[in-house]
Amino acid sequence: MAYYRIIVLANYLQMNAYINAISYYLPEKVLTNEALVAEFPEWTVEKVASKVGVTKRHIAAEDETAADMGTKAAEKLFAEHQIDRSVVDFLLFCTQSPDYFLPTSACLIQEKLGLRTNIGALDFNLGCSGYVYGLSLAKGLIAGGIAQNILLITSETYSKHLHPRDKGNRTIFGDAAAATLVSTEGFAEIRNFSLGTDGRGAENLIVKKGAMRQADAKNDLFFDESGNPKSSDFLFMNGGEIFNFTSEAVPILVSEVLNKNELKQNEINLFVFHQANKYMMNYLRKLIDIDQEKFYIHLEKVGNTVSSTIPIALYEAGKEDKLNGNILLAGFGVGYSWGGVVLKI
Amino acid sequence: MEMNDFIKNFGQQFDDTDVSTFTPETRFRELEEWSSLNALAVLNMIGKKYGIKILPDEMKPTQTIQELYDLVLSKK
Repeated sequence: MAYYRIIVLANYLQMNAYINAISYYLPEKVLTNEALVAEFPEWTVEKVASKVGVTKRHIAAEDETAADMGTKAAEKLFAEHQIDRSVVDFLLFCTQSPDYFLPTSACLIQEKLGLRTNIGALDFNLGCSGYVYGLSLAKGLIAGGIAQNILLITSETYSKHLHPRDKGNRTIFGDAAAATLVSTEGFAEIRNFSLGTDGRGAENLIVKKGAMRQADAKNDLFFDESGNPKSSDFLFMNGGEIFNFTSEAVPILVSEVLNKNELKQNEINLFVFHQANKYMMNYLRKLIDIDQEKFYIHLEKVGNTVSSTIPIALYEAGKEDKLNGNILLAGFGVGYSWGGVVLKI
Repeated sequence: MEMNDFIKNFGQQFDDTDVSTFTPETRFRELEEWSSLNALAVLNMIGKKYGIKILPDEMKPTQTIQELYDLVLSKK
Protein backbone atom coordinates (compact mmCIF):
# COMPACT_ATOMS: atom_id res chain seq x y z
CA MET A 1 0.00 0.00 0.00
CA ALA A 2 2.73 2.38 1.00
CA TYR A 3 4.63 1.49 -2.18
CA TYR A 4 1.54 2.26 -4.28
CA ARG A 5 1.18 5.61 -2.54
CA ILE A 6 4.75 6.48 -3.31
CA ILE A 7 4.22 5.79 -7.01
CA VAL A 8 1.04 7.89 -7.08
CA LEU A 9 2.88 10.66 -5.29
CA ALA A 10 5.81 10.45 -7.71
CA ASN A 11 3.48 10.69 -10.69
CA TYR A 12 1.68 13.57 -9.08
CA LEU A 13 4.90 15.41 -8.44
CA GLN A 14 6.39 14.77 -11.84
CA MET A 15 6.23 18.02 -13.74
CA ASN A 16 5.95 18.15 -17.48
CA ALA A 17 8.22 20.57 -19.30
CA TYR A 18 7.01 22.92 -22.00
CA ILE A 19 8.41 25.47 -24.38
CA ASN A 20 6.79 28.62 -23.10
CA ALA A 21 8.15 31.25 -25.50
CA ILE A 22 10.86 31.82 -28.12
CA SER A 23 12.48 34.97 -29.53
CA TYR A 24 15.59 35.50 -31.56
CA TYR A 25 18.11 38.18 -32.38
CA LEU A 26 20.05 38.80 -35.58
CA PRO A 27 23.06 41.11 -35.59
CA GLU A 28 22.71 44.30 -37.59
CA LYS A 29 25.35 43.70 -40.25
CA VAL A 30 24.07 41.83 -43.31
CA LEU A 31 26.20 39.90 -45.79
CA THR A 32 24.32 39.56 -49.07
CA ASN A 33 25.08 37.27 -52.00
CA GLU A 34 25.84 40.39 -54.04
CA ALA A 35 28.55 41.35 -51.55
CA LEU A 36 30.02 37.84 -51.77
CA VAL A 37 29.96 38.02 -55.58
CA ALA A 38 31.92 41.27 -55.39
CA GLU A 39 34.53 39.60 -53.18
CA PHE A 40 34.73 36.42 -55.23
CA PRO A 41 34.05 37.47 -58.84
CA GLU A 42 35.72 34.31 -60.15
CA TRP A 43 33.36 32.08 -58.18
CA THR A 44 29.76 31.05 -58.84
CA VAL A 45 28.36 32.58 -55.65
CA GLU A 46 24.80 32.79 -56.96
CA LYS A 47 24.76 29.16 -57.98
CA VAL A 48 26.20 27.93 -54.72
CA ALA A 49 23.97 30.23 -52.69
CA SER A 50 20.86 28.99 -54.46
CA LYS A 51 22.01 25.44 -53.86
CA VAL A 52 22.45 25.99 -50.14
CA GLY A 53 19.33 28.17 -50.12
CA VAL A 54 20.78 31.31 -48.55
CA THR A 55 20.43 34.83 -49.99
CA LYS A 56 21.71 36.75 -46.97
CA ARG A 57 23.14 36.14 -43.55
CA HIS A 58 23.77 38.36 -40.53
CA ILE A 59 27.27 38.84 -39.14
CA ALA A 60 28.15 39.87 -35.58
CA ALA A 61 29.94 43.20 -35.21
CA GLU A 62 33.63 43.01 -34.43
CA ASP A 63 33.05 43.87 -30.77
CA GLU A 64 29.84 41.86 -30.46
CA THR A 65 30.17 38.42 -28.87
CA ALA A 66 27.84 35.46 -28.60
CA ALA A 67 27.13 36.49 -24.99
CA ASP A 68 26.15 39.99 -26.18
CA MET A 69 23.84 38.55 -28.82
CA GLY A 70 22.37 36.05 -26.37
CA THR A 71 21.62 38.90 -23.96
CA LYS A 72 19.81 40.78 -26.72
CA ALA A 73 17.80 37.68 -27.67
CA ALA A 74 16.72 37.30 -24.03
CA GLU A 75 15.74 40.98 -23.79
CA LYS A 76 13.60 40.46 -26.89
CA LEU A 77 12.02 37.40 -25.30
CA PHE A 78 11.08 39.32 -22.14
CA ALA A 79 9.67 42.26 -24.14
CA GLU A 80 7.90 40.33 -26.88
CA HIS A 81 6.15 37.89 -24.55
CA GLN A 82 5.77 40.16 -21.50
CA ILE A 83 7.84 37.85 -19.36
CA ASP A 84 8.86 39.03 -15.93
CA ARG A 85 12.59 38.22 -15.79
CA SER A 86 12.40 37.51 -12.08
CA VAL A 87 10.65 34.20 -12.87
CA VAL A 88 13.85 32.84 -14.45
CA ASP A 89 15.40 30.40 -11.99
CA PHE A 90 18.02 28.77 -14.23
CA LEU A 91 20.09 29.98 -17.17
CA LEU A 92 21.56 27.61 -19.76
CA PHE A 93 23.82 29.16 -22.38
CA CYS A 94 24.83 27.15 -25.42
CA THR A 95 27.81 28.46 -27.37
CA GLN A 96 31.14 27.42 -28.83
CA SER A 97 32.28 31.05 -28.83
CA PRO A 98 32.43 32.08 -25.15
CA ASP A 99 33.72 35.50 -24.07
CA TYR A 100 36.44 33.94 -21.90
CA PHE A 101 37.78 30.59 -20.77
CA LEU A 102 36.57 31.72 -17.39
CA PRO A 103 34.21 32.83 -16.05
CA THR A 104 31.40 31.01 -17.83
CA SER A 105 29.49 33.36 -20.13
CA ALA A 106 26.20 32.47 -18.43
CA CYS A 107 27.42 34.36 -15.33
CA LEU A 108 28.10 37.45 -17.45
CA ILE A 109 24.66 37.15 -19.04
CA GLN A 110 22.97 36.77 -15.63
CA GLU A 111 24.46 40.10 -14.63
CA LYS A 112 23.71 41.87 -17.93
CA LEU A 113 20.10 40.72 -17.89
CA GLY A 114 19.65 41.59 -14.22
CA LEU A 115 18.46 38.09 -13.40
CA ARG A 116 18.12 36.97 -9.82
CA THR A 117 21.30 35.83 -8.09
CA ASN A 118 19.71 32.80 -6.42
CA ILE A 119 19.58 30.92 -9.70
CA GLY A 120 21.80 28.39 -11.47
CA ALA A 121 23.69 29.40 -14.61
CA LEU A 122 26.07 27.49 -16.83
CA ASP A 123 27.45 27.27 -20.35
CA PHE A 124 27.47 24.16 -22.46
CA ASN A 125 29.54 23.78 -25.60
CA LEU A 126 27.64 22.27 -28.51
CA GLY A 127 26.92 23.31 -32.07
CA CYS A 128 24.11 22.18 -34.33
CA SER A 129 22.73 19.69 -31.79
CA GLY A 130 22.83 22.29 -29.00
CA TYR A 131 19.20 23.33 -28.97
CA VAL A 132 17.88 19.79 -28.55
CA TYR A 133 20.44 19.13 -25.81
CA GLY A 134 19.43 22.38 -24.12
CA LEU A 135 15.80 21.27 -24.10
CA SER A 136 16.85 17.93 -22.60
CA LEU A 137 18.81 19.64 -19.81
CA ALA A 138 15.95 22.05 -19.13
CA LYS A 139 13.44 19.20 -18.99
CA GLY A 140 15.74 17.38 -16.56
CA LEU A 141 15.91 20.44 -14.31
CA ILE A 142 12.13 20.65 -14.25
CA ALA A 143 11.63 16.90 -13.75
CA GLY A 144 14.14 16.96 -10.90
CA GLY A 145 12.30 19.79 -9.20
CA ILE A 146 15.43 21.95 -9.46
CA ALA A 147 13.97 24.79 -11.52
CA GLN A 148 10.67 25.85 -13.04
CA ASN A 149 11.55 28.55 -15.57
CA ILE A 150 14.73 27.87 -17.48
CA LEU A 151 16.08 30.48 -19.84
CA LEU A 152 17.82 28.56 -22.62
CA ILE A 153 19.96 30.76 -24.83
CA THR A 154 21.71 29.52 -27.97
CA SER A 155 24.16 31.92 -29.60
CA GLU A 156 26.90 31.52 -32.14
CA THR A 157 29.38 33.64 -34.07
CA TYR A 158 31.02 31.19 -36.47
CA SER A 159 31.85 34.19 -38.70
CA LYS A 160 34.66 34.97 -36.26
CA HIS A 161 36.18 31.50 -36.85
CA LEU A 162 36.12 31.71 -40.66
CA HIS A 163 39.02 32.71 -42.88
CA PRO A 164 37.94 35.70 -45.02
CA ARG A 165 38.68 33.70 -48.21
CA ASP A 166 36.63 30.68 -47.04
CA LYS A 167 33.87 31.42 -49.53
CA GLY A 168 31.95 28.16 -49.02
CA ASN A 169 31.50 28.46 -45.29
CA ARG A 170 30.94 32.22 -45.52
CA THR A 171 28.05 31.47 -47.88
CA ILE A 172 26.47 28.95 -45.52
CA PHE A 173 26.92 30.25 -41.97
CA GLY A 174 25.21 33.22 -40.34
CA ASP A 175 25.42 34.56 -36.79
CA ALA A 176 22.36 34.63 -34.53
CA ALA A 177 21.08 34.06 -31.02
CA ALA A 178 17.81 32.60 -29.77
CA ALA A 179 16.19 32.66 -26.35
CA THR A 180 13.68 30.07 -25.21
CA LEU A 181 11.82 29.91 -21.92
CA VAL A 182 11.23 26.34 -20.80
CA SER A 183 8.62 26.17 -18.05
CA THR A 184 6.15 23.95 -16.24
CA GLU A 185 3.56 25.31 -18.66
CA GLY A 186 3.66 26.55 -22.23
CA PHE A 187 2.56 25.91 -25.81
CA ALA A 188 4.64 22.84 -26.63
CA GLU A 189 5.18 19.89 -24.31
CA ILE A 190 8.72 18.51 -24.51
CA ARG A 191 8.30 14.74 -24.88
CA ASN A 192 10.96 12.04 -25.23
CA PHE A 193 14.51 12.37 -26.51
CA SER A 194 17.03 10.35 -28.43
CA LEU A 195 20.62 11.59 -28.16
CA GLY A 196 23.87 10.49 -29.79
CA THR A 197 27.59 11.14 -29.68
CA ASP A 198 30.54 9.93 -31.75
CA GLY A 199 33.83 11.69 -31.07
CA ARG A 200 35.46 9.87 -34.00
CA GLY A 201 34.12 12.73 -36.11
CA ALA A 202 35.80 15.45 -34.03
CA GLU A 203 38.44 16.30 -36.66
CA ASN A 204 35.87 16.80 -39.43
CA LEU A 205 34.41 20.03 -38.07
CA ILE A 206 36.85 21.79 -35.81
CA VAL A 207 38.46 25.04 -34.72
CA LYS A 208 41.83 23.98 -33.33
CA LYS A 209 43.35 27.30 -32.41
CA GLY A 210 42.85 29.16 -29.17
CA ALA A 211 42.22 26.53 -26.51
CA MET A 212 44.65 24.39 -24.51
CA ARG A 213 45.62 21.82 -27.18
CA GLN A 214 46.74 24.52 -29.59
CA ALA A 215 46.78 27.83 -27.77
CA ASP A 216 48.71 29.83 -30.36
CA ALA A 217 48.17 30.38 -34.05
CA LYS A 218 50.24 28.03 -36.19
CA ASN A 219 50.24 30.27 -39.25
CA ASP A 220 50.02 27.14 -41.40
CA LEU A 221 47.76 28.68 -44.04
CA PHE A 222 47.82 27.37 -47.60
CA PHE A 223 45.33 27.44 -50.45
CA ASP A 224 44.24 24.16 -52.03
CA GLU A 225 43.89 23.71 -55.81
CA SER A 226 40.34 25.13 -55.68
CA GLY A 227 41.64 28.27 -53.96
CA ASN A 228 40.16 27.37 -50.58
CA PRO A 229 42.15 28.43 -47.52
CA LYS A 230 43.29 25.60 -45.26
CA SER A 231 44.67 26.41 -41.82
CA SER A 232 44.36 25.03 -38.32
CA ASP A 233 43.92 28.63 -37.16
CA PHE A 234 40.42 28.78 -38.65
CA LEU A 235 37.27 26.69 -38.78
CA PHE A 236 37.75 23.53 -40.81
CA MET A 237 34.86 21.50 -42.18
CA ASN A 238 35.31 18.29 -44.16
CA GLY A 239 32.12 18.62 -46.19
CA GLY A 240 32.27 15.07 -47.55
CA GLU A 241 32.63 13.43 -44.15
CA ILE A 242 29.94 15.63 -42.58
CA PHE A 243 27.65 14.72 -45.48
CA ASN A 244 28.28 11.01 -44.92
CA PHE A 245 27.83 11.27 -41.15
CA THR A 246 24.56 13.15 -41.53
CA SER A 247 23.10 10.78 -44.08
CA GLU A 248 23.98 7.82 -41.82
CA ALA A 249 22.95 9.26 -38.46
CA VAL A 250 19.83 11.33 -39.13
CA PRO A 251 17.52 8.62 -40.56
CA ILE A 252 18.38 6.41 -37.55
CA LEU A 253 17.87 9.35 -35.20
CA VAL A 254 14.41 10.07 -36.62
CA SER A 255 13.37 6.45 -36.27
CA GLU A 256 14.65 6.29 -32.68
CA VAL A 257 12.84 9.49 -31.72
CA LEU A 258 9.64 8.06 -33.17
CA ASN A 259 10.13 4.83 -31.18
CA LYS A 260 10.81 6.65 -27.94
CA ASN A 261 7.58 8.59 -28.40
CA GLU A 262 5.59 5.57 -29.63
CA LEU A 263 4.67 7.43 -32.78
CA LYS A 264 4.64 6.50 -36.45
CA GLN A 265 6.21 8.76 -39.02
CA ASN A 266 2.79 9.70 -40.45
CA GLU A 267 1.73 10.93 -37.00
CA ILE A 268 4.30 13.74 -37.15
CA ASN A 269 2.75 16.99 -38.34
CA LEU A 270 5.97 18.91 -38.91
CA PHE A 271 9.65 18.02 -39.04
CA VAL A 272 11.98 20.82 -37.92
CA PHE A 273 15.57 19.79 -38.57
CA HIS A 274 18.75 21.68 -37.99
CA GLN A 275 18.87 24.03 -40.99
CA ALA A 276 22.28 22.92 -42.30
CA ASN A 277 21.75 23.96 -45.91
CA LYS A 278 18.86 23.54 -48.32
CA TYR A 279 20.42 20.84 -50.48
CA MET A 280 21.45 18.73 -47.48
CA MET A 281 18.02 19.15 -45.89
CA ASN A 282 16.19 18.06 -49.03
CA TYR A 283 18.61 15.18 -49.39
CA LEU A 284 17.72 14.03 -45.87
CA ARG A 285 14.03 14.65 -46.45
CA LYS A 286 14.05 12.36 -49.50
CA LEU A 287 16.20 9.79 -47.71
CA ILE A 288 13.72 9.59 -44.81
CA ASP A 289 10.72 9.90 -47.14
CA ILE A 290 9.14 12.99 -45.57
CA ASP A 291 6.55 14.98 -47.54
CA GLN A 292 7.71 18.42 -48.58
CA GLU A 293 4.80 20.19 -46.87
CA LYS A 294 5.67 18.53 -43.55
CA PHE A 295 9.30 19.61 -43.72
CA TYR A 296 10.03 23.13 -42.54
CA ILE A 297 12.83 25.12 -44.13
CA HIS A 298 13.80 28.60 -42.98
CA LEU A 299 17.32 29.64 -43.80
CA GLU A 300 17.13 31.87 -46.85
CA LYS A 301 17.50 35.11 -44.90
CA VAL A 302 19.60 33.92 -41.97
CA GLY A 303 21.80 31.05 -43.19
CA ASN A 304 22.96 28.19 -41.00
CA THR A 305 23.01 29.76 -37.54
CA VAL A 306 24.31 26.57 -35.85
CA SER A 307 22.57 26.07 -32.47
CA SER A 308 19.88 28.68 -33.22
CA THR A 309 18.51 27.23 -36.47
CA ILE A 310 15.84 25.13 -34.74
CA PRO A 311 14.44 27.81 -32.39
CA ILE A 312 14.45 30.36 -35.25
CA ALA A 313 12.60 27.86 -37.47
CA LEU A 314 10.13 27.12 -34.64
CA TYR A 315 9.48 30.83 -34.17
CA GLU A 316 8.86 31.35 -37.89
CA ALA A 317 6.77 28.19 -38.24
CA GLY A 318 4.67 29.40 -35.33
CA LYS A 319 4.06 32.72 -37.08
CA GLU A 320 2.88 30.76 -40.13
CA ASP A 321 0.52 28.76 -37.88
CA LYS A 322 2.36 25.56 -38.71
CA LEU A 323 2.96 24.36 -35.17
CA ASN A 324 0.21 21.83 -34.58
CA GLY A 325 0.12 18.29 -33.27
CA ASN A 326 3.44 16.45 -33.09
CA ILE A 327 6.61 18.30 -34.08
CA LEU A 328 9.82 16.32 -34.49
CA LEU A 329 13.05 18.25 -33.90
CA ALA A 330 16.44 16.91 -35.00
CA GLY A 331 19.83 18.56 -34.46
CA PHE A 332 23.10 17.07 -35.72
CA GLY A 333 26.65 18.14 -36.45
CA VAL A 334 29.93 19.12 -34.82
CA GLY A 335 31.20 16.59 -32.30
CA TYR A 336 29.79 14.48 -33.81
CA SER A 337 26.75 15.12 -31.69
CA TRP A 338 23.09 14.60 -32.49
CA GLY A 339 19.75 14.65 -30.78
CA GLY A 340 16.03 14.58 -31.47
CA VAL A 341 12.81 15.12 -29.55
CA VAL A 342 9.07 15.35 -30.15
CA LEU A 343 7.14 18.45 -29.14
CA LYS A 344 3.43 18.03 -28.54
CA ILE A 345 1.43 21.17 -29.21
CA MET B 1 25.66 -3.65 -61.81
CA GLU B 2 23.51 -2.21 -64.57
CA MET B 3 24.09 1.08 -66.39
CA ASN B 4 20.36 1.87 -66.42
CA ASP B 5 20.09 1.45 -62.66
CA PHE B 6 23.23 3.47 -62.17
CA ILE B 7 21.82 6.33 -64.25
CA LYS B 8 18.58 6.22 -62.27
CA ASN B 9 20.41 6.31 -58.94
CA PHE B 10 22.69 9.06 -60.25
CA GLY B 11 19.72 11.13 -61.42
CA GLN B 12 18.04 10.89 -58.03
CA GLN B 13 20.77 13.08 -56.55
CA PHE B 14 19.45 16.05 -58.55
CA ASP B 15 16.54 18.26 -57.55
CA ASP B 16 15.78 20.08 -60.82
CA THR B 17 17.18 17.94 -63.65
CA ASP B 18 14.78 15.25 -64.87
CA VAL B 19 16.11 11.69 -64.53
CA SER B 20 15.04 10.86 -68.11
CA THR B 21 17.48 13.40 -69.55
CA PHE B 22 20.52 11.48 -68.26
CA THR B 23 22.47 9.19 -70.62
CA PRO B 24 25.90 7.53 -70.31
CA GLU B 25 27.32 10.44 -72.34
CA THR B 26 25.88 13.16 -70.08
CA ARG B 27 28.67 15.54 -69.06
CA PHE B 28 27.29 16.07 -65.57
CA ARG B 29 29.74 18.79 -64.57
CA GLU B 30 28.26 21.02 -67.26
CA LEU B 31 24.72 20.75 -65.86
CA GLU B 32 23.24 23.97 -64.53
CA GLU B 33 22.47 22.24 -61.26
CA TRP B 34 25.84 20.56 -60.70
CA SER B 35 27.82 21.46 -57.57
CA SER B 36 30.16 19.85 -55.09
CA LEU B 37 27.10 18.99 -52.99
CA ASN B 38 25.77 16.77 -55.80
CA ALA B 39 29.18 15.13 -55.93
CA LEU B 40 28.94 14.28 -52.24
CA ALA B 41 25.44 12.90 -52.73
CA VAL B 42 26.58 10.81 -55.71
CA LEU B 43 29.56 9.41 -53.77
CA ASN B 44 27.28 8.63 -50.84
CA MET B 45 24.86 6.86 -53.20
CA ILE B 46 27.70 4.79 -54.71
CA GLY B 47 28.81 3.76 -51.22
CA LYS B 48 25.30 2.79 -50.16
CA LYS B 49 24.02 1.10 -53.34
CA TYR B 50 27.22 -0.49 -54.60
CA GLY B 51 29.35 -0.79 -51.47
CA ILE B 52 32.23 1.07 -53.13
CA LYS B 53 34.03 3.93 -51.40
CA ILE B 54 35.22 6.55 -53.86
CA LEU B 55 36.99 9.64 -52.59
CA PRO B 56 36.08 13.10 -53.94
CA ASP B 57 39.59 13.40 -55.45
CA GLU B 58 39.18 10.11 -57.32
CA MET B 59 35.92 11.33 -58.82
CA LYS B 60 37.42 14.61 -60.01
CA PRO B 61 38.78 13.42 -63.40
CA THR B 62 35.44 11.87 -64.44
CA GLN B 63 33.33 13.97 -66.79
CA THR B 64 30.58 11.66 -68.07
CA ILE B 65 28.31 9.20 -66.30
CA GLN B 66 30.02 6.43 -68.32
CA GLU B 67 33.43 7.44 -66.92
CA LEU B 68 32.09 7.44 -63.38
CA TYR B 69 30.41 4.08 -63.98
CA ASP B 70 33.72 2.67 -65.25
CA LEU B 71 35.47 4.00 -62.16
CA VAL B 72 32.96 2.20 -59.93
CA LEU B 73 33.37 -1.01 -61.98
CA SER B 74 37.16 -0.81 -61.70
CA LYS B 75 36.82 -0.82 -57.91
CA LYS B 76 34.44 -3.76 -57.73
